[in-house]
Amino acid sequence: MSEAMITGGVHRPQRHDSGHKHVSGTAAYIDDLPEPQGLLHVYLGISSVAHARIRDMNLDAVRAAEGVVLVLTAEDIPGVNDVSPTHRHDEPILAEELVEYAGQAIFAVAAKTRDQARRAAQLAEIDYEPLEPVLDFAEARQRGVMVTDPMTLSRGDAAKALAEAPRRIKGQMEIGGQDHFYLEGQIALSIPGEDDEVTVISSTQHPTEIQGMVAGALNVPANAVTTEVRRMGGAFGGKETQGNLFAVVTALVAKKTGRAAKIRPDRDDDMIITGKRHDFLVDYEAGFDEEGRIQAVEMTYAGRCGWSSDLSGPVTDRALFHADNCYYLPNAHLVSEPLKTNTVSNTAFRGFGGPQGMVGGERLIEEIAFATGKDPLEIRKLNLYGAGGRDVTPYHQRVEDNIAPEIIEKLEASSDYWARRAAIRDFNETSRVIKRGLALTPVKFGISFTLTAYNQAGALVHIYRDGSVHLNHGGTEMGQGLYTKVAQVVAQEFQVDIERVRITATTTGKVPNTSATAASSGSDINGMAALSACRAIKARLTDFARDKWEVPEDQIEFLPGEVRVGNQKIAFAEFIEAAYQARVSLSSTGFYKTPKIHWDRAAGRGRPFYYFAYGASVSEVAVDTLTGEYRVERVDILHDVGDSLNPAIDLGQIEGGFVQGMGWLTTEELWWDKEGRLRTHAPSTYKIPACGDRPRVFNVDILQGHRNREETIYRSKAVGEPPLMLAISVLHAISDAIASLADHRLCPRLDAPATPERVLATIERLRREAAATKGRAA
Amino acid sequence: MRGEIRFLLDGAPRHLSQVDPTMTVLDYLRQVEGLVGTKEGCNEGDCGACTVVVARPQNGALRYEAVNACIQFVGTLDGCQLLTVEHLAKNGSLHPVQQALVDCHASQCGFCTPGFVMSLFAMTRHHEETPDEATIDDVLAGNLCRCTGYAPIVRAAKQTYEMGPRDDGFARGEAATLQSLAALDDGETVAVDDAQGARHFYAPSNADDLAELYERYPEATLTAGSTDVGLWVTKEMRRPETVIYLGKVAELNRIEETEDAVEIGAGVSYSEAMAVIAKHYPDMGEVIRRIGSVQIRNAGTIGGNVANGSPIGDSPPLLIAAGATLHLRKGAGRRSLPIEEFFLAYGKQDREAGEFVEGITLPLPEEATQFRAYKISKRFDQDISALLGAYSLRIEGGQVVSARIAYGGLAAIPKRAASAEAALIGAAWNETTVERAMTALEQDFSPITDWRASAGYRMQVAKNLLQRCFIETTDHTSATRLVGAGALDLGGAI
Repeated sequence: MSEAMITGGVHRPQRHDSGHKHVSGTAAYIDDLPEPQGLLHVYLGISSVAHARIRDMNLDAVRAAEGVVLVLTAEDIPGVNDVSPTHRHDEPILAEELVEYAGQAIFAVAAKTRDQARRAAQLAEIDYEPLEPVLDFAEARQRGVMVTDPMTLSRGDAAKALAEAPRRIKGQMEIGGQDHFYLEGQIALSIPGEDDEVTVISSTQHPTEIQGMVAGALNVPANAVTTEVRRMGGAFGGKETQGNLFAVVTALVAKKTGRAAKIRPDRDDDMIITGKRHDFLVDYEAGFDEEGRIQAVEMTYAGRCGWSSDLSGPVTDRALFHADNCYYLPNAHLVSEPLKTNTVSNTAFRGFGGPQGMVGGERLIEEIAFATGKDPLEIRKLNLYGAGGRDVTPYHQRVEDNIAPEIIEKLEASSDYWARRAAIRDFNETSRVIKRGLALTPVKFGISFTLTAYNQAGALVHIYRDGSVHLNHGGTEMGQGLYTKVAQVVAQEFQVDIERVRITATTTGKVPNTSATAASSGSDINGMAALSACRAIKARLTDFARDKWEVPEDQIEFLPGEVRVGNQKIAFAEFIEAAYQARVSLSSTGFYKTPKIHWDRAAGRGRPFYYFAYGASVSEVAVDTLTGEYRVERVDILHDVGDSLNPAIDLGQIEGGFVQGMGWLTTEELWWDKEGRLRTHAPSTYKIPACGDRPRVFNVDILQGHRNREETIYRSKAVGEPPLMLAISVLHAISDAIASLADHRLCPRLDAPATPERVLATIERLRREAAATKGRAA
Repeated sequence: MRGEIRFLLDGAPRHLSQVDPTMTVLDYLRQVEGLVGTKEGCNEGDCGACTVVVARPQNGALRYEAVNACIQFVGTLDGCQLLTVEHLAKNGSLHPVQQALVDCHASQCGFCTPGFVMSLFAMTRHHEETPDEATIDDVLAGNLCRCTGYAPIVRAAKQTYEMGPRDDGFARGEAATLQSLAALDDGETVAVDDAQGARHFYAPSNADDLAELYERYPEATLTAGSTDVGLWVTKEMRRPETVIYLGKVAELNRIEETEDAVEIGAGVSYSEAMAVIAKHYPDMGEVIRRIGSVQIRNAGTIGGNVANGSPIGDSPPLLIAAGATLHLRKGAGRRSLPIEEFFLAYGKQDREAGEFVEGITLPLPEEATQFRAYKISKRFDQDISALLGAYSLRIEGGQVVSARIAYGGLAAIPKRAASAEAALIGAAWNETTVERAMTALEQDFSPITDWRASAGYRMQVAKNLLQRCFIETTDHTSATRLVGAGALDLGGAI
């Protein structure tokens, strides 16, 4: 056995490939790239009203403004005026006659400087004929327009089982949306090429879609368009489809003028124009026995989708897929309502509807706990998926890898749940103003795109004659460490130090037909594609060595930095040069498609998920009952990532995902005025967690000893989205603190986001209800 | 008068004889110097991705201050050294704060990272030893990170101190830097025009020059920290013709403690005022700690917060409750008035054209005076208040002898709660009285609903804060706060 080890192999805490560049300011984002000569800057003119017909539009002043070179409207688009990702043709690039939300792009102006373009965009005179906007759930339901087909998941006979259940609860929950607040806003730079060609550098999670949208708008074949992205300054789902508009307008300007064109909206405009996490209204009814065991559930998940379909179909579907969370629902009837409203078109956001689904499901558990007078944790444990037929989901997939019970048990012990529960009760007995709360919530998140075709990936690997390796794949880097993880796979396969693996920008010219880097799938599918490319090259190298040195294949071994051929060890670079001399191809593509999955949406049956990722968290909070303010005092997390590809990066995803989820459920509030204009469109008004909001005590552990039972990349599990939902325990801990005011007799029904105002309102309502029930009891 | 702005970019002198008066430091760095390490995240001084460090001579040393480059104007750099993320690594090695961030896996997407680097670098100048977590939270309150959840960044902030972050090229070069800056800054009033000669920037070095300039250009925009004026430029895209910068006016940049008052010059930053005020009014210090962020407090001033007259500014209700006096000057003429009389109506203050705020007299609290102030916002740190309540009560023998109560965020101007005060004065300081005063608040205010809070919440909490004040002054066993000094501390319990 060799003592030597490569640097950066799998399962090691390899640092982010760009870490040293991030800290020195040398990691280049698109706005940092040297600007091409003659670059034009583009800005969008947007609708100031939520719903109107455009009677007349006078853009003379825009055209006449200083520095302006070009003004584009819908009629200037040579191809299709649409960037709908599901090709429903409901999302014009530039509005034609109708504007359907305040913020919709109407025209684009290109000028010599960004300041000139931005100023010019304000000079338009647009005459709107106002139409009644549909803004909230009530209006949208009344109107009944859906942006896409709703879905139903049904198992057993929920109506009958509900009617027969000994106990029932019924209620409604509001769950707010969330802005991505990626630190780098939307940005794209298009550089015109020869003939119909154009290169689009875009901050996107989905280069292939950008390519397709640009090709469609320009009316050119896809092979004329190359999309590139080295890194994004955050994305979180907000750059899965939302970059389309920006990329397309720069490409249009570039091809019209023959000059490079860049767009970078100001933060406020970015937040006004782009879609967010869907807010939901959940109607629920559950039947259960005296113990609190669920017998039947009926739920309707209404999503406020906004003005166009975007990804609202799969987002609302995924909400339904996660209504069960970790719990067995013997009879379930779950329905989605993807409602159309005159608001921004909501889109992908870490968890993709799953978090909202889970929050709704966890409310059921809480209601049952209060109804039965038990600790919510007892109800959770009672209802977990398990043996004896209790392992089938509402979508008829069997849960084969259930480790939730074990995770909960371990965390219950390590967090000292019951002792702290008792201590908090004691504290609350005597504390006048501040009340504390505690909650444990689990997570089970389905891994795979529910659109089966997306579960494929490609990679391209070259080895140069000096033994250095060039790596490319279809995944994009948004900070999640995908590039690092895939490079670790390549280093591991070739047994070379990771420093020898060059990570290169994602481009549709090298790896075509890529899937969005989304659904937590990045390292699962791109890692496997890279692995397959490496193995193809290794197979050729093995054949070559076998023939050249006349040794059996089992005598050829890739060791750290060298290759053993029989009794001799050859340095990797030397070995590669020998292979080159023997005319061995040192380049290969790789391809992967996720096995086992299938999904019949109409029937609501199949195996949409290859496997599940699990986790659980315990949160403790302190709530000020005079103001509704709160603090997260302590959080304990145990999270499952299979056999981690990179424990440092995975830890970062867990900690970061948790805090982002906490923001969503607490201080992040999207506020629209009566006219349908978003008024929280900058960090001054939209409050994501700050450093001081992180839990005061934050114990995060990665579950050990549970490799993925499926054959994933080195038996790891996806980690991008699942940890976000660990934060649900914060909402429940706040609720628990509030419940102490009514002696834990009444369910506080705390909705999200639990802003201080909402917390205080819930406190006041609970106090009134408690007084009323006391009155009745007396 | 000097016709150029002079500063050091790291070690390199810059002499700008033509400059757009509202060109931001960020645009200057990225567009003129080609230094693109400093990022634009929000363009309003909230996210901190653009954080740079400005070192200015003070009492023979350099005072290193993190500021938001996106809302600072280039002219404000006069006489200072500007440091960006590009300047920290020397001779190919990362600075300890950079290395610690790498080692702790503290960057993910990396876009916010340059800002964190600069805030942490500034921290190492202000704190000799590893700061506690509350201090680190304060240092980083103005830097938003959406990826990491901050935990690894806080770990890095601590680990930095194991790597000798203070023994660096900046510390060793401080004397030389001071010398270079002394050579650049001749103490003259600066006057610079843009390339067309159409717009003007002035940085008067003394109050007489300021008074004269402002009389001559009464339409000019006065700015100190530009934490508000910066947004007029970056968000509203205003282009003021003439900008007069107060940061170099010697007389305005003094804070002095006399026997019975603190005299605060209009150009004194929150950061400089905080410690002095906190000594006498701990709660006022705590509110100031929560105004903006370190970057904002390093630039913004109490004087500006008053002069701008915003109904949601945090300083005015504090000062009103404390009975502060405002000093105004126009040309050679001066006048003083009780600070609450300055706020006339929404957007309207008792200030004539050409008249400017010179300073504020904050009287020291009398004995037996209970001063309490509470800032309420969605997020504890760096958030604009939904409302703020300030209470100055003199309670003798269980009786309320005097009461000055002021609220921000409840009306079009920061305002005293006259009815509530009347309900208290002369009454016993007990629950019944407090309830009466709480009800009286409905006579004093009819708040509005907006994105920060509803009218109902504002009123409810305005009342409840009075109750908090009562509990705090009568029951010393009950925890009433979640942050700041005296907050519930569960350290041992969890």
